Amino acid sequence: MPVAEENQVSLERLAKRRFRLGDFLFQNLTAVIAVLVGLLLLATGASMLVGGQEAFQKFGLGFFVSTAWDPVAKNFGALVPIYGTIVSAVLALIIAVPVSFCIALFLTELAPVWMRRPLGIIIELLAGIPSIIYGMWGLFVFAPFMAAYVQPPINDTLGNIPLVGAFFSGPPLGVGMLTAGIILAIMIIPFISSIMRDVFLQAPPVLKESAYGLGATTWEVMFKVVLPYTRAAVVGGIFLGLGRALGETMAVTFVIGNAHDLTFSLLQPANSIAAVIANEFTEADSPTYLSALIALGFVLFIITFVVLAIAKLLLLRLGSLEGRK
Amino acid sequence: MNVLYLRRRITNVVGLSLSLLATLFTLFWLFWILWTTFTEGIAALNWRVVTEMTPPPGSEGGLLNAIYGSFVMIVIAVLIGSPTGILAGIYLAEFGKKGALAGVIRFINDILLSAPSIIIGLFVYELVVRPQGHFSAWAGSIALAIIMLPVVIRVTDETLRLVPDNLREAALAVGAPKWSVVLQVTLPAAVSGVLTGVLLGIARISGETAPLLFTALNNQFWSTNLNGPMANIPVSIFQFALSPYEQWHSLAWAGGFIVTFLILILSIVSRMILFRK
Repeated sequence: MPVAEENQVSLERLAKRRFRLGDFLFQNLTAVIAVLVGLLLLATGASMLVGGQEAFQKFGLGFFVSTAWDPVAKNFGALVPIYGTIVSAVLALIIAVPVSFCIALFLTELAPVWMRRPLGIIIELLAGIPSIIYGMWGLFVFAPFMAAYVQPPINDTLGNIPLVGAFFSGPPLGVGMLTAGIILAIMIIPFISSIMRDVFLQAPPVLKESAYGLGATTWEVMFKVVLPYTRAAVVGGIFLGLGRALGETMAVTFVIGNAHDLTFSLLQPANSIAAVIANEFTEADSPTYLSALIALGFVLFIITFVVLAIAKLLLLRLGSLEGRK
Repeated sequence: MNVLYLRRRITNVVGLSLSLLATLFTLFWLFWILWTTFTEGIAALNWRVVTEMTPPPGSEGGLLNAIYGSFVMIVIAVLIGSPTGILAGIYLAEFGKKGALAGVIRFINDILLSAPSIIIGLFVYELVVRPQGHFSAWAGSIALAIIMLPVVIRVTDETLRLVPDNLREAALAVGAPKWSVVLQVTLPAAVSGVLTGVLLGIARISGETAPLLFTALNNQFWSTNLNGPMANIPVSIFQFALSPYEQWHSLAWAGGFIVTFLILILSIVSRMILFRK
């Protein structure tokens, strides 16, 4: 074989090999980064477990049922913030779910076609307002409004009913669980309603058209055809909103009142996990205090992880429903 | 007209009116919040806001160091977060596709997308601040990068998957290696989508407060030291709004206005890029 030709062949081989090496490196680089992102979630949970270890060891399971919060005696319990986190998020959902459903209905069936997209975009834009703005508005505008116009009448009416009254009594301070719940609701409504709208739009038009063809009203089409078809994904969207509300920090911190007493009145100052951490983190002067705060973070991590995982699984089901047909 | 029909009609009208009311009700609250932010914010804006440092309690001043700090940390977060996010997105769309690994990573990424930002802050505290022994702008930037990451990954993945396979096949058929197909054919075809992802990511992190509280903290003075605490707008707002001083409140509104305005502009621009095609 002539030398020149041999050179040619090995050059080609070399070029081929370099191509493959490039592909090998590139594919593995992207894969490693993608796997690292996957591990991020695990690392987040693990780091907080390590950080909260001292508190978990010192207080044991009692940490979850104790209402103590005494930085001086270094005695900490998570019950008050856990209770506040869950109650404020549930209050927010009670308000936000029906309203979001109505907005999604309006955007998919009712609004004039030219109005649908701009209105949807406006609501999505509003979902991007940072939570600290909601918090500041809540503190300076909404809490005084609640104290002056909403809480006194609630006090005077609901507060006097036996049993139920315990939830609605106390001086009108403006801040507290109800105020936090309402602000959370305003925050998550744009979020849940955008998801619900997207989900409703995925319902096959044939189904809706057949229902209309049989003489169903718009309301009936939504409630008896679209909603049953998209039920899993709608619940998934609600859970995503719940995940948001549970972990929301700034909006709640400003208006929940930061009181470490267990109170059932919705008008009284309370606390949430995120608010406790945000408020007290820089004041934590002992390792036990800091560890208790990070242990609270771990609890929040677990709660939101479970809620968000359920949400994703439910939302994925609508996708697989599509794929099957 | 029978009773059943009448009842159905009435339910329908009541239901539809309720949905119209709910929409107006929500828009009312949201515009109230925006209105307060804009009127209070514009009233608080003056030259001192962008020329002076954050003041000590009870005196006049500006937000210059906080604006600078936010800018620096967002830039570093974008420099870390967007290449990482784009590469991970490329893996999902070009290599992982519908495989099990890609499925798991997408699932985790979606959870990270909605995960409370305060948790990311605590994570970076444990990861960076505690071993280092002090708060730092680096830690703040890393926390912001992690919050931005899932947004970029998701949008990159989705837009790359929208690129028609014909383009890939054509490039492979003329002998291009896979990496050059991705970098020179599919990624440029999806560039507007990827850019949107980065812009949405910036919008997401510009107002984040909780993660910075445990990482960059705040600094009353001008500081360019990335290894020490650095002032930033969100934490300044947090600190100033909760203080009893009038001057600080008005600075908090000025900061809130700047951040909200920036985020609205970013969201609008990113949508315009996306819808231009």
